[in-house]
Amino acid sequence: MRVKLLGIIVSAVGVLVAPVPAGAHHGAATFDTGKEITLKGVVTEWIWANPHCFLKFDAKDESGTLRNWAVETQNPVSMTARGWSRGAFKVGDEVTVKLEPVKNGAPVGRILTVLLPNGQTLVAVGPQPAAATAQ
Amino acid sequence: MAERFVALAIGVVALLTLSSSAAAQTWNFTGMTPAQFKSLPPGGPAPVRDLNGIWDGGPTGVGATGQEAERAAARSPFTPLGEEMARENRPGNGPRKVLVHEINDPLSTLGDPAGFPRIVTFELRAVQITQTPNQVLMLYMFEKRYRVIWTDGRSLPKDPDPRWYGYSVGRWEDDYTFVVETVGLDDRTWIDNDGDPHSTALRVIERYRRVNQNTLELTVTIDDPKIYTKPWLVRNRMPLRLLPPGTDVMEMIPSASEAQAYQQVISSKTK
Repeated sequence: MRVKLLGIIVSAVGVLVAPVPAGAHHGAATFDTGKEITLKGVVTEWIWANPHCFLKFDAKDESGTLRNWAVETQNPVSMTARGWSRGAFKVGDEVTVKLEPVKNGAPVGRILTVLLPNGQTLVAVGPQPAAATAQ
Repeated sequence: MAERFVALAIGVVALLTLSSSAAAQTWNFTGMTPAQFKSLPPGGPAPVRDLNGIWDGGPTGVGATGQEAERAAARSPFTPLGEEMARENRPGNGPRKVLVHEINDPLSTLGDPAGFPRIVTFELRAVQITQTPNQVLMLYMFEKRYRVIWTDGRSLPKDPDPRWYGYSVGRWEDDYTFVVETVGLDDRTWIDNDGDPHSTALRVIERYRRVNQNTLELTVTIDDPKIYTKPWLVRNRMPLRLLPPGTDVMEMIPSASEAQAYQQVISSKTK
């Protein structure tokens, strides 16, 4: 009962709190801040590592060219608090990735959200989904 | 109205969390805003000469982005040697931050230790403090690193061989304030995530003040006359909050192989 109550209250807090800037080992100048790209692709690798986790996936861009993307998140501790895990992706998973690309046009960026094959959406930025932190 | 509800909800969450070790195995406070972190309940009065417990620096402890202006304002001006050394450091944060592929942070690009005092200025997440009859041990979540602070009355070494984490002695200034002095620090490390340098002449003073049962305040003074024109506070009464005793602190180890992988897969492609 107490756990349930905790979950409800923590969820409410999670919805109402403002975004918290995460700890980061670099600034945002490399990224095309505010630009969003959504790509459907197939996971080729998921690296659960410091200082950033990163997801590699094959996806076709607007011109139909297939490229292997590498997109980062925060570190494993911060991502765990958001409900991500070392086993969040398997090679071959079909995913839809919303990302903020780097400015130089390379297939590199940082993840905003990922839609998983089971319909779940993992969120990488903004308010921390507090339900995942109440463990 | 929404603010009142948030405050109430946070208070209830915190009370439940702090009172239930079983429900808080990996809980930490880094996802909170500074205001929410500050509003956690104080608990009872501070125990005498007791720092034992698992503490969490919250969002400020992490050194989150958005705190750079405050850090820059606190820093003392560089000496000419300090300016020269600072130019060599290309950090990812702070007033001298560079693009991702230009960063030469030894911690994030080489997998070097954070070293001291950086372990308390960046990624200060959970830290377990344990007192023994002749030591205070600091067990850090970040790097899964520990420090030994001697409390047996010994003096600091006069001409120490520099170490990543230096040599530390501590004493109780009063029943609630523990003061640590550290020297002999390796100048390959940075003071903080902003690439502020130091020399081997650096002397660091940490003051841990037990404000109440659930709160510890940390103030850290940087005294390095070769690099800075006067001493300055890199942490100024930063609160740490007590985590439930059953908290299973997660690993957060910035390994060299992971740093190398990041350089190859992400950083090198952002040029």
